[in-house]
Amino acid sequence: MNDANPNLSGCPRVNDGFRLQWEPAQDCHVLLYPEGMVKLNLSAGEILKRCDGKRSVADIVVELEQAFLTTGLLDETLAFLHLARQNKWVTWS
Amino acid sequence: MNAPESMVTPAMLSKSAPVINPPLWLLAELTYRCPLHCAFCYNPIDFASHKDELSTTDWLRVLREGRAMGAVQCGFSGGEPLLRDDLEILVTEARQLGYYTNLITSGVGLTEERAAQLKAAGLDHIQLSFQDSTREINDFITHTKTFGLKQAVARVVKSNGWPMVINVVIHRLNIEHIGRIIEMAAELDAEYLELANTQYYSWAHLNRDQLLPTQEQLIRAEQETNRWREKLGDKMRIFFVSPDYHEAKPKKCMNGWGNVFLTITPDGTALPCHTALMLPGLAFPNVRDLGLKEIWFDSEGFNHYRGTGWMKEPCSSCEDKEKDLGGCRCQAYLLTQLHDVADPVCPKSPYHHLVQKIVAGADMRAASGANAAAPWGSEQDVHPLIFRGPKESLSLVGKGKKA
Repeated sequence: MNDANPNLSGCPRVNDGFRLQWEPAQDCHVLLYPEGMVKLNLSAGEILKRCDGKRSVADIVVELEQAFLTTGLLDETLAFLHLARQNKWVTWS
Repeated sequence: MNAPESMVTPAMLSKSAPVINPPLWLLAELTYRCPLHCAFCYNPIDFASHKDELSTTDWLRVLREGRAMGAVQCGFSGGEPLLRDDLEILVTEARQLGYYTNLITSGVGLTEERAAQLKAAGLDHIQLSFQDSTREINDFITHTKTFGLKQAVARVVKSNGWPMVINVVIHRLNIEHIGRIIEMAAELDAEYLELANTQYYSWAHLNRDQLLPTQEQLIRAEQETNRWREKLGDKMRIFFVSPDYHEAKPKKCMNGWGNVFLTITPDGTALPCHTALMLPGLAFPNVRDLGLKEIWFDSEGFNHYRGTGWMKEPCSSCEDKEKDLGGCRCQAYLLTQLHDVADPVCPKSPYHHLVQKIVAGADMRAASGANAAAPWGSEQDVHPLIFRGPKESLSLVGKGKKA
């Protein structure tokens, strides 16, 4: 696993052993891992579902800003990815 | 496995409100058959009289119904689930339905060939039980010669790319080895290690006097665990499951009765926890007769201890009642023969002295020189360990033991 800080050109992906999926019963994205689950709020779900190891952080931010017709999502995205990396939810390709 | 509490992440916590949430966890106890004979097993003491296992078709229906309700985690457990030769069929279906699939196994029977089939079936994760870092205690407590095999199985798990949780039930015979146990799990590249202090139900309850460590041993074990946490950093996460009797803090058992967990026993009985069958007077439905939805939302057994409405004093006016929900019903029953009283591990319980006496007993036996390193046969006041097995089960049922 690459421990470098998230930067704009890095391509995060959901880590091995974790699975992201949409749960209609909970009306949210969840991240599943051995014997546990994290319920994700809207923005966390929208960020994580784009973490496919191909899109860079910069790509993800542009996509989110387009999807939600807003700007200035960089800081929030980086903050979430930092937390996600600490929890081993994501790794960098 | 004996510590489902540690499977719960903060995000899974939900309130004991009158609203009944769907289950998040479906625990499929596929069989009570097991090649091991662990003296701390949580399977019911009368397991040998439950012979009528669900068919593949029944299990497939249970999986579908559970998933339709919203369950996301599916555990295949037992006994030893690898003894069911339809395990691959069930894992395939569970994975396709969208469950995160967990195999909770002793590892006995997990050959390279079987592992490859389970990988192809889409199995997400394996929890492997270890009994000790030494061959001597592993083989003694399981009454088998399985120490070498478990090391080999751990390598099979890792070589298939599965995340691996190692679960070790901790008791007086292995607690002094805790540092070495942690080191072993780290060497085997486990992602998670559960140090599950024995919970005293079923076979562990029968053997409690021999298994209960002293307060001092527990303090040292936790200190040693913390030293290893610092040393290993985030390489491996270590859970130290709280020892109820010593902590004097009731646990929010199963994260609330009928709140998150739905267990199906080998013969199809649906339970809010894997030991609840011991509670007399509660009717638990069977999946052969009722759909999972009716069972979860409407059955008397699942509703009986939901929330806080059932509580008596000292629970009903306690400020912590939402936090611990009165503790564990099975523990209350085993210690007092009453299952609607506060869990006696709570200092506010009028029966708390019973727990204090049991803990003091462990300290006294240690002080009187009983040799914790070789407890078999060294203590005069305690019966020999009773190993879990069909013969022992039937004989104990004959003597009226059920829990």
